[in-house]
Amino acid sequence: MNILETKKLEKDYGGVRAVHNLSIEIPEGRITGLIGPNGSGKTTLINLLSGFSSPTHGTVTISGSERKTILPWENPIYGLTRTFQQIRLFEQMSVLDNLLVTLTERSPFASIFERHGKLHLIRAGEILKKVGLEEKKNIFAENLSYGQRKLLEIARIMAMNASIILLDEPFAGLFPEMVNQIAALIKEMRREGKTIVLVEHNMAIIRELCDHLVVMDAGELLAEGKPEEILSRPEVLEAYLGE
Amino acid sequence: MDYFFQIFTLAVIYAIPTIGLNLIMGRTKMLSLAQTSFLGVGAYAVAIFSGHFHINFFIAALLGIALSAVISFFLGIILSKLSEDYYFLGTLGFVMIFYNIVRNWDSFTGGAYGIAGIPRPEIFGFYINTVFFYFIFSLIVCGLVYWIALFLEKSSFGRVLNAIRDDEEALKIFGYKTHHYKLIVFVIGSSMASIAGSLFAGYITYIDPGPLFVSVLFWAMIIIGGLGSLRGAVLGAIIVTLLPEIFRFIGFPAAIAGDMRGLLYGLAIVLLMLVRPKGILGNYKV
Repeated sequence: MNILETKKLEKDYGGVRAVHNLSIEIPEGRITGLIGPNGSGKTTLINLLSGFSSPTHGTVTISGSERKTILPWENPIYGLTRTFQQIRLFEQMSVLDNLLVTLTERSPFASIFERHGKLHLIRAGEILKKVGLEEKKNIFAENLSYGQRKLLEIARIMAMNASIILLDEPFAGLFPEMVNQIAALIKEMRREGKTIVLVEHNMAIIRELCDHLVVMDAGELLAEGKPEEILSRPEVLEAYLGE
Repeated sequence: MDYFFQIFTLAVIYAIPTIGLNLIMGRTKMLSLAQTSFLGVGAYAVAIFSGHFHINFFIAALLGIALSAVISFFLGIILSKLSEDYYFLGTLGFVMIFYNIVRNWDSFTGGAYGIAGIPRPEIFGFYINTVFFYFIFSLIVCGLVYWIALFLEKSSFGRVLNAIRDDEEALKIFGYKTHHYKLIVFVIGSSMASIAGSLFAGYITYIDPGPLFVSVLFWAMIIIGGLGSLRGAVLGAIIVTLLPEIFRFIGFPAAIAGDMRGLLYGLAIVLLMLVRPKGILGNYKV
């Protein structure tokens, strides 16, 4: 079953066509790799799926609900969350507060009278332990190392408990040990039944993690299917790998 | 002794809009110049309702708060369409509109001459008309405003404001309608300025449009005290109010002491930016 679909999705930026006539299907409970050369429209697609950008034409269907536009704050309603290509943490807040923001009240009036409680702290503690940031919980996010910042981003995603997770290059710039740690966390999310869309350039990781692959080139769909089959197609190798 | 209480009463009154501005600007990075206008709303509410219509000071002040809340609500909705620099310019536009209304609506506001003879606050027949009692009265009101700000700061609401300051766009993905938070904090912060305006009018017993253009004073207070810090906002208000009094003690000619005040504020800010950009008690870079 497909949990996420796009139909004839288009996005123009002042005459530049970033995404063109894109119809894709993302299967539920699987890791879908989204690959393509730089400028192929991968991040634009992630922005369209998460409401950070509005499509010029076309629709997005999330869990059976077809939408022309999604507003960013509506994502949790659809059980969707995402990370960004450039890490975007709340830099001048502690690691714990970065997590508590994802766990506490969303209504502004109710939040005035809410203090984080024991349950919030227990949940945050569990997640921080899982990603290995428990010792760092009281330091500002800006003081974390690059790898730890990536882990905190994943921790926030885990705290959201979303069913659809869009990860925009979560392995970029990481040393091998950290790559393995984040790959293990992503596998665990899959075991929990989450649907993951993974934008990634590292083919070894794509082969290791992905059940399904979507290849984009110049804003269009180039190929879609099982990784081993897709990665052997000549047009994919030519467009993406230059082979 | 009265001299010290006079100065500290002003410092305490100025601390109130500074606490409000700290919520608006220090927590959410909304660059608002409108604090003086809302201070004006509170001051003119007391001057008109209490002075002209002989309504009790406290009821007049409450009307001022309500009026400020309504105006800031609609202004906040309009400003929510703007970001950063344009937000700043939007509030500047509001300050100019408000100033010109007050300055030219002679029959209602007294125009450039202002309104004199504003009665002092009265509680059960007791007029707060000595400097010492006004200081205590202002201190109690300031304490109450401080407590409200502290309550907000310690709540989940306060945490969200901090997250807005750090990355508003990223926060939206977690399901926060950030514009609602910004609107609420703008209304609260502006209403705090109105409270200070009412206190100011009751203290000086006279109001004219002159002070309605000195928003930069409150900016100086929160920048010096420390952006995003509640205690810093109060400290900044005290320092900026007391600083010009130095001239009095070093025997500066009164004619140029006023002009030197701005120079001193500017110098203090520049020095602070070089030595401690976060401000004296600030923890955050904004």
